[in-house]
Amino acid sequence: MPSPLRDAANPQTPPTPPTDRLPAAPALTADGLEVAFPGVRALDRAGLELLPGEIHALMGENGAGKSTLIKVLSGLLRPDHGRVRVGGRAVTLHGLADAEHAGISTVFQEIDLIPTMSVADNLILGREPTRAGWIRARASRLRARAALARVGLDLDPAIGLAQLPIAVRQLVAIARALDIRARILILDEPTSALSPRETDGLFHLLRRLRREGVAVLMVTHALAQAYEIADRITVLRNGAHVGTWLTPDLPRLALIQAMTGHAQPASPAAAPPAPTAPRPDSTSAPPALEVRALGRRRAVRPTDFSLRRGESLGIAGLLGSGRSELVRLLFGADRPDTGRVFTHGRPVAPGSVPAAIEAGMAMTPEDRRAQGLMLDLSVRDNILLALHARRGLTRPLRPRERDRLVRHYIDSLRIRTPDAETPVGSLSGGNQQKVLLARWLALQPTVLILDEPTRGIDVGARAEIESLIASLRDRGLAVVLVSSELDEIARLCTRALVLRDRARVGECTGTACTESALLAMIAGDSPPAAGARP
Amino acid sequence: MNVLSSQHRLPPLAAGVILLLLLAIGALRFDHFLTPANLSNLPADYAFVTIAAVGATFVILSGGIDLSVGSLVAFTAVLAAHLIAAGWHPLAAAGVCLLIGTTLGAAMGGLIVAFDLPPFMVTLAGMFGLRAAAFLVRDQSVGVSHPFLAALARDGVLRLPGGFEAPPRSTLMLAVLLAGWALAARTRFGRGVYALGGHERSARMMGVPIGFTKVRVYALAGACSTLAGIVLMFDTRSGNPAAGAGLELAVIASVVVGGTLLSGGVGSVLGTLIGVLILGAIRMLIDFEGTLSAAWTSIATGVLLLTFVALQRALIVWAGWRAQAAAASGTWTRRVEV
Repeated sequence: MPSPLRDAANPQTPPTPPTDRLPAAPALTADGLEVAFPGVRALDRAGLELLPGEIHALMGENGAGKSTLIKVLSGLLRPDHGRVRVGGRAVTLHGLADAEHAGISTVFQEIDLIPTMSVADNLILGREPTRAGWIRARASRLRARAALARVGLDLDPAIGLAQLPIAVRQLVAIARALDIRARILILDEPTSALSPRETDGLFHLLRRLRREGVAVLMVTHALAQAYEIADRITVLRNGAHVGTWLTPDLPRLALIQAMTGHAQPASPAAAPPAPTAPRPDSTSAPPALEVRALGRRRAVRPTDFSLRRGESLGIAGLLGSGRSELVRLLFGADRPDTGRVFTHGRPVAPGSVPAAIEAGMAMTPEDRRAQGLMLDLSVRDNILLALHARRGLTRPLRPRERDRLVRHYIDSLRIRTPDAETPVGSLSGGNQQKVLLARWLALQPTVLILDEPTRGIDVGARAEIESLIASLRDRGLAVVLVSSELDEIARLCTRALVLRDRARVGECTGTACTESALLAMIAGDSPPAAGARP
Repeated sequence: MNVLSSQHRLPPLAAGVILLLLLAIGALRFDHFLTPANLSNLPADYAFVTIAAVGATFVILSGGIDLSVGSLVAFTAVLAAHLIAAGWHPLAAAGVCLLIGTTLGAAMGGLIVAFDLPPFMVTLAGMFGLRAAAFLVRDQSVGVSHPFLAALARDGVLRLPGGFEAPPRSTLMLAVLLAGWALAARTRFGRGVYALGGHERSARMMGVPIGFTKVRVYALAGACSTLAGIVLMFDTRSGNPAAGAGLELAVIASVVVGGTLLSGGVGSVLGTLIGVLILGAIRMLIDFEGTLSAAWTSIATGVLLLTFVALQRALIVWAGWRAQAAAASGTWTRRVEV
């Protein structure tokens, strides 16, 4: 399927940055997009410009509005304000069909196509060539073969999709997206499930599409990949357009600052006071938590660290750096491929949450509403849940003991609730987090793992949660804190690990753990342009 | 384009082998088992079951379930008999019933789509409601006699070479099977049904009109059940409001034994025919045996059903292993042309 825009005369020329061959009319422009959901402004004057023959990375932290923007561009969501122009013409997109008609095709993340059907069926589903209502088998086969050839896949179209690995399914999905002669291809985190070699294969394909004049928009969290493949980078934050840069013009540090909104402190003196030196309980006792070579394929590379009672270890990194994956492995929520975890010198059975709890670990997950709390149950039931589970049917708590515990935690953590019977779902975010903490503290853990404990919590409640964490640490708990708020890690942690691209890249201790030091380690030292372009 | 991988071809193939095995056992044990007359009776006796099962195949392929089959058969049989007894021509009565049955099916599909209700519940309500409606039309069996029905039974029989005979209901069954196969394999609607049952969320993102397809699936099932009811009525010359009790479960069993996944997305109309014939052959064997209680039919059916569901599960697990092995060895990634 030769593209009319292919540079047939001189295919050997390396692709030049699109802005150098201006004036190229943009393939797509979107500006002033606003989308509001109840209580949230998902997009707030967001915009984007895509040129034909460019690979454009769309980046931002969680909640930045990337998914919302993609949904608007593929017709799944109608913006409250703003407009989208394709090839210079304003378009109104009422659904996927409208977007496809306008030449916009989207491959959504983790959309498996139809696993029970053949590759050919998947490629032409809904677009089968027909005569008088009957599908023409021969024409269908030809069309499927042509679509596969376009992405360079030499594959029997009759094979069942379920028999193919994810990477090939991804290529099939792209083949389907291109089959409608799409001029704009949107890929939502296309590499999240791919190995490095598979990612290379995908990037080769994207570069070929770029030569053919397709505009590719790629959402990604992997900085290295953005620098490897993207011509330009657009950053969103809190639903707003922060900026668009030519990739070589944007140092990593500047990109991360654009994504996180953290400005580097003007002077070291402006940094918040770091916590006092670690106070190990006793150097002869085994550490409260010791992690040796803990890792899982495609989640996080093998990582070591250890932690004593009274210490707090921060884990810093961008979204997708492997920070949440690491603590999930630690707590047994996912099964590690390699490595062991020890508490107080005793090994913990891998990949088992009950074993982790038995070993004295407790964890509050990143998404406390979906993975932590039973929103319809009362404060009281939520606090007692883990304790009940641990004691089982044979050793029930006496009613008086239950009341005492619930009252104790509501008072000592200062949980603001009308009474113990109020459903947790009606409390504010900060108080929900305290209920979740109370549940685990009732088990008297020795290692407390907190994944984003202050996400979505207002400033006042945040300070309270932070001082609670500090006092728990000072009372002898070993605390592991994952946070995207670098100042929080700088304030609360005696040590910090930095993860980037699913591997540990740095570490700091005590007063050296400043916000700017963490930021520099997250960004990495390597200059962004090096080796980024073919 | 109906290309299925070996994983999907194996269950209907296994069903075909089992059918041949059953017939072979019958031929070895009984002299009169494999006679043309007997073999002609098998499809004829199960024509109405097969016709209903074709509709149910579409429902199950789409990931749904239809429990109203037996009640709809009874309702339309009684209604048609009632109309003929009131002086209608049988074809006119059949036409009106077909219209009503299709509309009822579409209505159940509409409820499932509009309020996002579970098909199990909606068709269960249909099962109770339509059974009651059948008894409201006539509270007992209505006998019919009409010159057209007599003529059909006398002149409508196709005599095939070798002494085989095809009464009209066998011919109609064959037509329904052919139409069902073509609809499933060779139309966008049919491919949409497979996609819907395979992965509904993906199908929606791939532009399959989910709601419209579902309504059409249940309308088609309603039409097939009605046709089954009319065949039953023409055959027995009576409409019985108690007819077809439990038929929906026999139909589901036939569809599953025929290789259609109960979770949807995989299966075929041809497989369903084999499924019905297997259940029929078991019944026939036990009838020939004479001394065995009829309960053994149900026992054998149950065992077979479990075996097939287990076989399908094993194949799915096996396919998953193969995909993982392929990913690990990198067989596929090397195919990416760079």
